[in-house]
Amino acid sequence: MLIRRASDIKPSEITPEHIYRSRRHFMRDSLAVAAGAGAGTSALALPGSWLEARDVKPGEPIGEQMTSESNATSYNNFYEFGTDKTDPAEYAHEMTVDPWTVEVSGEVEKPGRIGLEDMLAGIDLEERIYRLRCVEAWSMVIPWIGFPVKKLLDKFKPTADAKYVEFKTLHRPSEMRGQRSFFSSIDWPYLEGLRLDEANHPLAIFAVGMYGKLLPNQNGAPIRLVVPWKYGFKSIKSIVSIRLTRRQPRNTWNDLQPSEYGFYANVNPEVDHPRWSQASERRFPTTLLRPNRIPTRMFNGYDEVASLYSGMDLAEHY
Amino acid sequence: MAMPSVIVASSKPLLFCLLAVPLVLLGVDVWREIVAPGSALGADPGEAVVHHLGTWGLRILLLTLAVSPASRLFRRPRLIRFRRMIGLWAFAYLVLHFTAYLYLLAGFELTNVIVRDIVKRPYITVGFAALLLLIPLAATSTRGWQRRLGRRWRTLHRLVYPAAIAAWVHLLWLSKGGFMDPFVYGLVLLFLFGERIAYSVRRRRAVAGDR
Repeated sequence: MLIRRASDIKPSEITPEHIYRSRRHFMRDSLAVAAGAGAGTSALALPGSWLEARDVKPGEPIGEQMTSESNATSYNNFYEFGTDKTDPAEYAHEMTVDPWTVEVSGEVEKPGRIGLEDMLAGIDLEERIYRLRCVEAWSMVIPWIGFPVKKLLDKFKPTADAKYVEFKTLHRPSEMRGQRSFFSSIDWPYLEGLRLDEANHPLAIFAVGMYGKLLPNQNGAPIRLVVPWKYGFKSIKSIVSIRLTRRQPRNTWNDLQPSEYGFYANVNPEVDHPRWSQASERRFPTTLLRPNRIPTRMFNGYDEVASLYSGMDLAEHY
Repeated sequence: MAMPSVIVASSKPLLFCLLAVPLVLLGVDVWREIVAPGSALGADPGEAVVHHLGTWGLRILLLTLAVSPASRLFRRPRLIRFRRMIGLWAFAYLVLHFTAYLYLLAGFELTNVIVRDIVKRPYITVGFAALLLLIPLAATSTRGWQRRLGRRWRTLHRLVYPAAIAAWVHLLWLSKGGFMDPFVYGLVLLFLFGERIAYSVRRRRAVAGDR
């Protein structure tokens, strides 16, 4: 399967979802056969201008309906391009993502600024089908392509003093019109952070693709974080800096409105947002006459992360 | 100041049709969306419908509030005859806005979502309050009620001010990060209230001067 930039692809070429999904099942099945034969290699190859042809291990279906690619790429929160859900799809093409460098700094033995391609050398890609729960009480199921955060961090060898990771989004007002907006209350660049043990959890990934293609710009190209047990705003997009720190880093929404958005931001149906309930969510696809409202699950259904927070009062550390 | 009688006679039906345009356009999109889901209203069609109706409800409510300042500023007292119709259109959009929220967003789960929303989500509470305040105004908008209530009618209809403020707060509280819309509508509201205050101050002074 060829992976291209979303903008290079004509609508007529896009595989309808049911075919795409049946292919996935076919691939999973053939993978199982291959594994049975003792040759557990891959099924997807992913060439791109900055990404060599790569094998991608297909993801495990989670038994929930996938959100359509057109929903996931046309309904986005990426305030760098405007506050309307449709702004990112409309304006994110103005951002240059090639070439792309990421600076790794702070409490690491091998700090440096490095091109994305070099940074990803030797890291295997895999597909992860995850629920994404937005703090605004809607959710999607998205097949990401990426790799565990830990794999990348280990390459730079965090020191014993590293306790947290700070991530930073590109700040380039000339290409990101939301950063030029007079009405934006955000202090750019966008910042997010995790505790190091959260970042090292196997569920936390960096994504470089989705739906079998490179990430579209509006979804955070060329590299973004995906932390599926936390509200979507933690999954920072278009990352240019990763800094290992001793102390808890700032994060943008917490700076903006600390009573509404915490540092942890774990999905939690018990702790309401001050302005709305978090007990349920609307799952995409929704149709006009069927809102598809479902109950929200603790840690977005990823109970395996609970041990990260044992002994913590999650109502206090929201 | 006399206008050709054709314009005067046709201006009210014309305005009526104009105020219906956003609703008709929405109706077309809703029809297209039902025939072919995903074709007309984006990824979140329910939200799109609710948002469209709420936005136009607020705009037309502000237009209602603009009638008497406009009649004074442009010295056209007869503009007042449009006010009831504009106000009733605002009410209609806002009732549809609330109904759309019930059916399309809350999924009409009365106990589950709606009661909890109205009680617990302040922006929905305040929006609901705005709608409640408008109900007696719509109900007493007829000439008959105007006559029956006499002076009290004017007092009653001042409820439109808190209703408009509540509608604006509703918009402000549901905004996240981008504050351009609340800012612009807030400026309009401020202007409309400011003109009224300035007018009543002038009038009081004039009355005092007469003595």
